[in-house]
Amino acid sequence: MTRESILNAVILALLVLVPAWAVLADEPFTITLATRAVILALAAVGLNIALGLGGLVSLGHAVFFGLGGYAMGILAYHVQAYEPMFEWPFLFEGSKSMPAIWLTAILVSALAALVLGLLSLRTSGVYFIMITLAFGQMFYFFSISWSAYGGEDGLSIYVRNGFPGLNTLDPIQFYGLCLAILVIALVLASRLRLSRFGLALNAARQSPKRAEAVGLQPFRLRLTAFVLSGAITGLAGALFADLNRFVSPAMFSWQMSGEIMILVILGGVGRLYGPVAGAIVYVLLEHVLGGLSEFWHIYLGLLLLAVVLFVRGGIVGALSGRRAAHG
Amino acid sequence: MADPALETRDLCKSFGALEVSRGISISLLPGEIHAVIGPNGAGKSTLIQQICGVTAPDSGSVFLRGRDVTHLPVESRARAGLARTFQVSALALDDTVLENAVVGAIGSSGKAFRFFAPALGDRELRETAFSALERVGLAEKANMRASDLSHGERRQLEVAIALTLSPKAFVMDEPMAGLGAEGSRIMTGFLDGLRREAPILLVEHDMDAVFALADRISVLVYGSIIASGTVEEIRNDSTVREAYLGETA
Repeated sequence: MTRESILNAVILALLVLVPAWAVLADEPFTITLATRAVILALAAVGLNIALGLGGLVSLGHAVFFGLGGYAMGILAYHVQAYEPMFEWPFLFEGSKSMPAIWLTAILVSALAALVLGLLSLRTSGVYFIMITLAFGQMFYFFSISWSAYGGEDGLSIYVRNGFPGLNTLDPIQFYGLCLAILVIALVLASRLRLSRFGLALNAARQSPKRAEAVGLQPFRLRLTAFVLSGAITGLAGALFADLNRFVSPAMFSWQMSGEIMILVILGGVGRLYGPVAGAIVYVLLEHVLGGLSEFWHIYLGLLLLAVVLFVRGGIVGALSGRRAAHG
Repeated sequence: MADPALETRDLCKSFGALEVSRGISISLLPGEIHAVIGPNGAGKSTLIQQICGVTAPDSGSVFLRGRDVTHLPVESRARAGLARTFQVSALALDDTVLENAVVGAIGSSGKAFRFFAPALGDRELRETAFSALERVGLAEKANMRASDLSHGERRQLEVAIALTLSPKAFVMDEPMAGLGAEGSRIMTGFLDGLRREAPILLVEHDMDAVFALADRISVLVYGSIIASGTVEEIRNDSTVREAYLGETA
């Protein structure tokens, strides 16, 4: 086993043990914090596919996070308000079922990523960053002005959505559900990285002209990565909204995009567990330092600066060294 | 005469007022090494780019095994068997030697959109990649990171990746660049054998290598082929001496 896979196992074990610790130490709020970390990690696992594997510096991933959030908010709102979502061609009353909401979140964000990717992936570098940022702002202001779904105030959903066989209102069960999804996403991401697609995308990132010269199509590879990436971040958005039982335009804000990117950079760009490590540290800092000062972002900024300047590969890189040659 | 593996007909290309290709017609016959030489700025790189599809010619056409590929993109020409090596190595340096070669095999297989099965577990891809690495003598270093290879080994890996495409024609942009005398000698020996597999269009500054390898030489000066012929003919051509070899005839 490489040092990195040991570190990954330790991180995963910590996450699994959180509920036990919370019960023993009688600190139930820890579970909510951990749920937040796990969901943010999922969003960042999504971004890491585009950023780490594809080299696509997207400052617009809040679009997918927000779409996932609003997919949950809108579907659940119609049930809650007894207002059918549409009556033609058939009566649809919305949904309070997590699997249906997740599927919607994934499809909507994948579709958005496809359209945004088609438009923005023709550019690269700083132009790509700016275009994704601009799309993010478009969605942000659209959500503010769409008063039917709360506009600036957002939507509150009073009862958490259901999952067959689970009581999702129980923090531990909801946490378990989120953690299970994160683990599935990590397994898929690790397979993806070693697959034909992963190697091809990786080569296209490091040397686009080489990729073309062996018959690969960098644009299509990147577009596919962007869609997969958006879909995962969208799913995270739906869970995030369900955790807070609230969705607002803040999920579409560029600060949200920045936050997801910070998680990836803090944890280690392109490292499988980078987003997870980043999210854990981020949520811990937010909780501990946020209690001391409302200007806790200063410390986050300093930490980020230190990581970017001195550690290649973020937290995971610092603790496990260079990426193993065998991937 | 056998049909050419690769042929350009009357390629013209200008960048503004600068004519970089003025009606270039060259052919690459099966089994041969055809060297293109010329001073800096003669338009060698632009010629390669037009042959490989990176740059579109203003007029003229490119044929690969008799098929007009002038309007095909780079990746389609590659899949059709046009294998290119770069002047400045364009490898995925973070990846292993094997992974670099496997990417070549993935590209030529045309099946890059598989998301779940590990590529290195695919027997066919591995065999293609390994046999290419063996041929250039890098098989023992398959698990090394490409960034840990020496300059010469990187050049060998370039060739190995080109080999994974089961090429019908090679286009090599200064494979000797930066190799040193010993490295150059080894590469020369290797390319000498490679021509039997697929003919090589060789753009090279190293005259010893060119004179040792080439069956034919074309001399490109200011966007035009001013002479074309066997090594002996070119050596003794007075126009070439004047224009390029820098001697007064």
